[in-house]
Amino acid sequence: MSWDVGHEFEPQSYAVTRADLIRYAGASGDFNPIHWSDRVATSVGLPGVVAHGMYTLALVGQALVAWVGDPARVESFGARFTKPVVVPDDDEGTWVDVSGRVTGVEDGLASVELTVTNAGTKVLGMTKATVRC
Amino acid sequence: MALDPALTGRVFAPTAPYTVSREKIREFAEATRSALFGDGDVAPLTFPIVVAFQAMAEFLAQPGVGIELRHVVHGDQRFEQSRPVRAGDTLTGTLQIDSLRAAAGMDMIGTRTEILSVEGEHVCTAYATLVHRAGGA
Repeated sequence: MSWDVGHEFEPQSYAVTRADLIRYAGASGDFNPIHWSDRVATSVGLPGVVAHGMYTLALVGQALVAWVGDPARVESFGARFTKPVVVPDDDEGTWVDVSGRVTGVEDGLASVELTVTNAGTKVLGMTKATVRC
Repeated sequence: MALDPALTGRVFAPTAPYTVSREKIREFAEATRSALFGDGDVAPLTFPIVVAFQAMAEFLAQPGVGIELRHVVHGDQRFEQSRPVRAGDTLTGTLQIDSLRAAAGMDMIGTRTEILSVEGEHVCTAYATLVHRAGGA
């Protein structure tokens, strides 16, 4: 594990399907219908069913754990949900890609900035984590 | 419906104690493609949202708030964790309104949920901004 400033972590890529969103609704308790009903999603102005912002952030969490090894090392993390991840009703779904790099190291804490995209478009803003190194 | 500015700073009653099971951790991990640690006893990093979401849902349903979930967009989310959630933890979430702001027909509701074990140990603080389209119910 390198904690040098500028170190880039191995990018992670995750598929997201409608079935994943249904599973996540049950696992998290968030049954907001915009995450499973096209009818409701379009009625509130969305292009269709969108992933829970927290689904995308969970993928960020998984990428961090893949990079740092132990979830207990993550002191804080978060993001702004800037663009919806639209998940089509087909077998392939869509993809979320997560990359990250070390932007600072101080007092045993590393700052990590992440880039999270869906089909090449940034979907999260201010995606940052602080990790004990 | 604009929200009452007096809600700022208000602290709501804690959620009912929630006991974390290995099965729930596995279900959450499988849904989010997350690796399991400690024989499946350690929850994925965003697991505390289960408790925080309950606290947010209870706030939205409060008399005088009455916001429907479908009219709410999650603006941002941040976690500060003292330690990961583990199987066997019994957790409560106490939500407080940090800020309220109206802009472009939206209510921006800044919330903070302190997630503690029933023994009083701090596990995590979850910060969320909820964006409510004021035109909706």
